[in-house]
Amino acid sequence: MAHSQDQQKTAAAAYWKENIRVLLSLLAIWFAVSFGAGILFVDFLDQFRIGGFPLGFWFAQQGSIYTFVALIYIYIWKMNKLDRKYNVQEGDA
Amino acid sequence: MSTELLTYLFIGVTFTLYIGIAIYSRAGSTGEYYIAGKGVHPIANGMATAADWMSAASFISMAGIISFIGRDGAVYLMGWTGGYVLLAMCLAPYLRKFGKFTVPDFVGERYYSQLARVVAVICVIFISFTYVAGQMRGVGIVFSRYLEVDIVSGVMIGMGIVFFYAVLGGMKGITYTQVAQYCVMIFAFMVPAVYISMMITGNPIPQLGFGSEVTGTGMSVLDKLDGLSAELGFAQYTDGSKSTIDIFFITMALMVGTAGLPHVIVRFFTTPTVRDARKSAGYALLFIAILYTTAPAVASFARINLLNTVSEASYKELPQWFSNWEKSGLIAWVDKNEDGKIQYTGGKSFVGKPSFTDERGESGERLVNNAPTEGANELYVDRDIMVLANPEIAGLPGWVIALIAAGGLAAALSTAAGLLLVISTSISHDLLKRNLAPNISDKQELLAARMAAGVAIVIAGLFGIYPPGFVAQVVAFAFGLAAASFFPAILMGIFYKRMNREGAVSGMITGLVFTFAYIVYFKFVNPADNNPEHWWFGVSPEGIGTLGMLINFAVSFAICHVTAAPPQHIQDLVEEIRVPSSNNAAPVESGQTAQA
Repeated sequence: MAHSQDQQKTAAAAYWKENIRVLLSLLAIWFAVSFGAGILFVDFLDQFRIGGFPLGFWFAQQGSIYTFVALIYIYIWKMNKLDRKYNVQEGDA
Repeated sequence: MSTELLTYLFIGVTFTLYIGIAIYSRAGSTGEYYIAGKGVHPIANGMATAADWMSAASFISMAGIISFIGRDGAVYLMGWTGGYVLLAMCLAPYLRKFGKFTVPDFVGERYYSQLARVVAVICVIFISFTYVAGQMRGVGIVFSRYLEVDIVSGVMIGMGIVFFYAVLGGMKGITYTQVAQYCVMIFAFMVPAVYISMMITGNPIPQLGFGSEVTGTGMSVLDKLDGLSAELGFAQYTDGSKSTIDIFFITMALMVGTAGLPHVIVRFFTTPTVRDARKSAGYALLFIAILYTTAPAVASFARINLLNTVSEASYKELPQWFSNWEKSGLIAWVDKNEDGKIQYTGGKSFVGKPSFTDERGESGERLVNNAPTEGANELYVDRDIMVLANPEIAGLPGWVIALIAAGGLAAALSTAAGLLLVISTSISHDLLKRNLAPNISDKQELLAARMAAGVAIVIAGLFGIYPPGFVAQVVAFAFGLAAASFFPAILMGIFYKRMNREGAVSGMITGLVFTFAYIVYFKFVNPADNNPEHWWFGVSPEGIGTLGMLINFAVSFAICHVTAAPPQHIQDLVEEIRVPSSNNAAPVESGQTAQA
């Protein structure tokens, strides 16, 4: 019994570690797009254009929001996969 | 039909709908009253969260503010959406797994401390009241401008409606009413946006029209706007005027504050599973993004329309909307050079908000008492007008104008209801059941929640009727305080097992006191010094919550390392909320079939 409990603990720790990795990589993109492209490098990016927008302005007022939505959906997809891998997903009931 | 009749019709129909939904989905237990019995589908929860979140400020004021400040408006666009990424990944799933009723519930249990719970309750109440006051005012303003009902009656009607469905339906009633309100709000926002995008660029999708050419000029919308601005002496639309560090701090404070707002967090307690909580966050941001990516497009179109219509136009030949909004005090014109034409350029036309006399000037304009400035600008335009009057400025049909009124009310009411519920819950559940009177029955607790909601509505209504002059000033509080208190406490509660009571409580208190003091000093004690020269590191009171958060983290870590680790059962609790389900069979070896 103690043995299987230990096993469960190690599995939980591994699940958590992978969870953190997913989280940090997605948050890195979150930061790069909003605080990076939309704020810190906005003037630099403004010299390029996307359609009728200066690129930095586009990131600040449009692109970052699209990216946020995409990030959450990638997160949902990755986490559902991770839940199944470690068999910690919830039943359908 | 006249616009006024249509407005009555739209408001009548939507209000009947809200009440019908409330009766159909009224709450029978505290579980239903607090968290809708955990039975809300992710799509419904996403819409409800979006309506809960998008207030009168998002619907009425945001596009207007962006219209006037150009690129810097991005702090609101990114700040009020980026927080959902933090919420979805760092808070929502784990709080749903924790599975209790309120934010103070989590703080109190995770840090095994009644003091932590009480600090959390006080923050919840303060943040929520700050926020709700603005909503009731918004309801009053919409009523008074579109229906010529005075603000007091407008607020009373709004109070009556919210009272009915918040007190009766609790979270369950509110959730389904908010779903309807989201639909009304987004339709009302998108219809004029599509119309105007078509008119100006020929492209029906505002997000694309925003980047297209203005029909017949061969110039893109933004180039046209920059050109007009330069010609008339305004700052470039695509340039910022705030310092980069201030933009950075404000955006961060709004993001983190959004993720820490109790009425938003509590929505994720209502889903059936952890998986649904994640999904809800996705839907919520998707539904919010529809409005948030349209708003900056509307801002730029409305700006072009306004500049083209009023600049150098003779007052007597202006369209009807101008004198309508002049009548309601949102526009004022001072003919400084007495040529009968409107000179609209950078700078203020006169000092402060307009205070009208009863007299009319040479051209028939309403005269003001305010002292005119030295500058050449003759026009005062309230920012809210960019959304409210936008359809009229663009010459859209009456039903679109009526739609805006119904949408503005939906935005204000849905947010007010969510906030009032959070206030009532924190009193009946956190203060009474968990603290002062632990022996009350479920029925008594439900009654207490309803009474608390009733009292809260009356107080909120009073704020709406007699707005304390500082309402607009204190919105920075709500986000700053949420950023400096809840967000770090909850985040560390999940991600840092070693964090203990002593660390979290002292962190929350230092973060709060620091943020509170900084805002109070610059907004109330010494407003004359409220400028970049005197701000610490050039950070304005709006952005100081970010620094408050960092201080919270630093103090928490320092204190937690010189005090005892949290007890074993708390550490087990943290382990437990980190996984969606721990009751499944042990991980299967390869070759075996999995059983869900």
